[in-house]
Amino acid sequence: MESIETLIENFSFLESWEDKYQYLIDLGESLPSLDEKFKTETFRVSGCQSQVWLVPEIKDNKFYFKADSDAIIVRGIIFVLMSVYNAKDTSEIKNIEIEKIFAKLGLEEHLSPSRRNGMFSMTQKIRYYAEHYK
Amino acid sequence: MYNVDDIRADFPVFSKKQGKKPFVYLDTAASAQKPQCVIDKICEIYQTTYANVHRGLYDMAERVTSYYEEARIVIQNFIHAKSASEIVFTRNATESINLVASSWALNNLSLNDEVLISEAEHHANLVCWQIVAQKTGAKLKIFKINDDGTYNEEEFEKCLNPKVKLVAVTAMSNVLGTVFPVKEIIRAAHLVGAKVLIDACQSIVHQKADVQDLDCDFLAFSGHKLYGPTGIGVLYAKSDILNDMPPYQTGGDMVDKVTYQKTTYAPAPARFEAGTPAFVQAIGLAQAIKYVLSLGFDDIQAHESSLISYFNEQASLLKGFKIIGTAPDKGSVMAFDFCSIHPQDLAFVLSHEGVAIRIGHHCAEPLVNRMGYSSICRASFGLYTTKSDIDAFFSALQKAKHFF
Repeated sequence: MESIETLIENFSFLESWEDKYQYLIDLGESLPSLDEKFKTETFRVSGCQSQVWLVPEIKDNKFYFKADSDAIIVRGIIFVLMSVYNAKDTSEIKNIEIEKIFAKLGLEEHLSPSRRNGMFSMTQKIRYYAEHYK
Repeated sequence: MYNVDDIRADFPVFSKKQGKKPFVYLDTAASAQKPQCVIDKICEIYQTTYANVHRGLYDMAERVTSYYEEARIVIQNFIHAKSASEIVFTRNATESINLVASSWALNNLSLNDEVLISEAEHHANLVCWQIVAQKTGAKLKIFKINDDGTYNEEEFEKCLNPKVKLVAVTAMSNVLGTVFPVKEIIRAAHLVGAKVLIDACQSIVHQKADVQDLDCDFLAFSGHKLYGPTGIGVLYAKSDILNDMPPYQTGGDMVDKVTYQKTTYAPAPARFEAGTPAFVQAIGLAQAIKYVLSLGFDDIQAHESSLISYFNEQASLLKGFKIIGTAPDKGSVMAFDFCSIHPQDLAFVLSHEGVAIRIGHHCAEPLVNRMGYSSICRASFGLYTTKSDIDAFFSALQKAKHFF
């Protein structure tokens, strides 16, 4: 999985929204699918206009999230979120300013709570897991 | 038929440029844009004739009270109710239906009774009956519709029996566009002694409603879908039923006599309008109704039917485009699937092209699931929609196809 720095650099070459969407779709296609057994109510992220599931895993005090959606652009955004949040510990996750990162990517519209596309709910849920892990 | 370009000039939202994008508004079934005369009326009240209604004895309070009560008469005439006292102002159709559920149903239903609704109801006409069923022990029954979204008389008749005390049904589905034959439904329901509530949220915008001809017991609609303001809705109920119903909420203006120990209530409709009502919005709604009537339902229907035909024609030319709900003479809400592209993905692209559609479960999750989807797209038209809106919609779809 590309680092977020690589993604920011790649996005910086893309000027039009069409190119950004095409790249998000490409990322979405390369995101590994979530095992069907995790696509349950327990792991469902609510507040999304597509179906989104988020599964936290913890190894050596670091979080490794797996997530999936039935919408391809959302899968692309999940790819970006995973490259930001994966392999981070609780305090690192708490300090991530995701809005700033999405602004750098030119994707800030996708994080607005009013868009209700689930990305806001998803980042909230990631933070929730991080804050409640002891 | 009217010239739609003239009509669009009445709606300021279409004359102002929305950034660089065009504004192709195909979400009127969610909420309609407002004509200038409605916006002006609201401003006029706030600027020239504002005071609380039903309270002051001074000139301005009396004038605004009379406007509020005149608005009630406009609505009475609009739906052809016998009396203005059968018109209760609410926040929206959802509150109107909740009012019937809380006040009428909780006091008139008990174990062994049944409430009958269709598979095509949105949450506003479903969830409150689930709660009524839980609280009273009554059973909520749901009659099936056909796979193409059409009404199935046999299924309805099968569920109808003397245990049914209330039939609550939409006059037009907000997802499928199906127009339900409510007059026949009402007649059949009355034969078994059931009362009937008509959810007219969608239908009220497209066709003339006549509550005396229909003989419905309750009818609910929202102002904002009818080109009026938000925050105002209407509940019509036959006066004998309404006056037997206990208050829904309590407070000022709904009382007859109050002591610290005991209160007697005002007759309807005041009994159901506790506290300061949304009177500016009610006056705005009356203005919206006057506007709609000035165009006339015949012309509005002719315009919308021509849009539906044009849409269907364009849709048939586009491979992979499937309309969900194909009842003949359906209303101007077009739920669709396009090449199985996820509605959210499609909406992202359409939004960038300036095309506004609705996606999701449309506050009718069981219906969307019943049609075989978890989420669907919907394009809907209003009296101001143009053929070039539809062209823009289909060319945005063509563009979306390149992505997915």
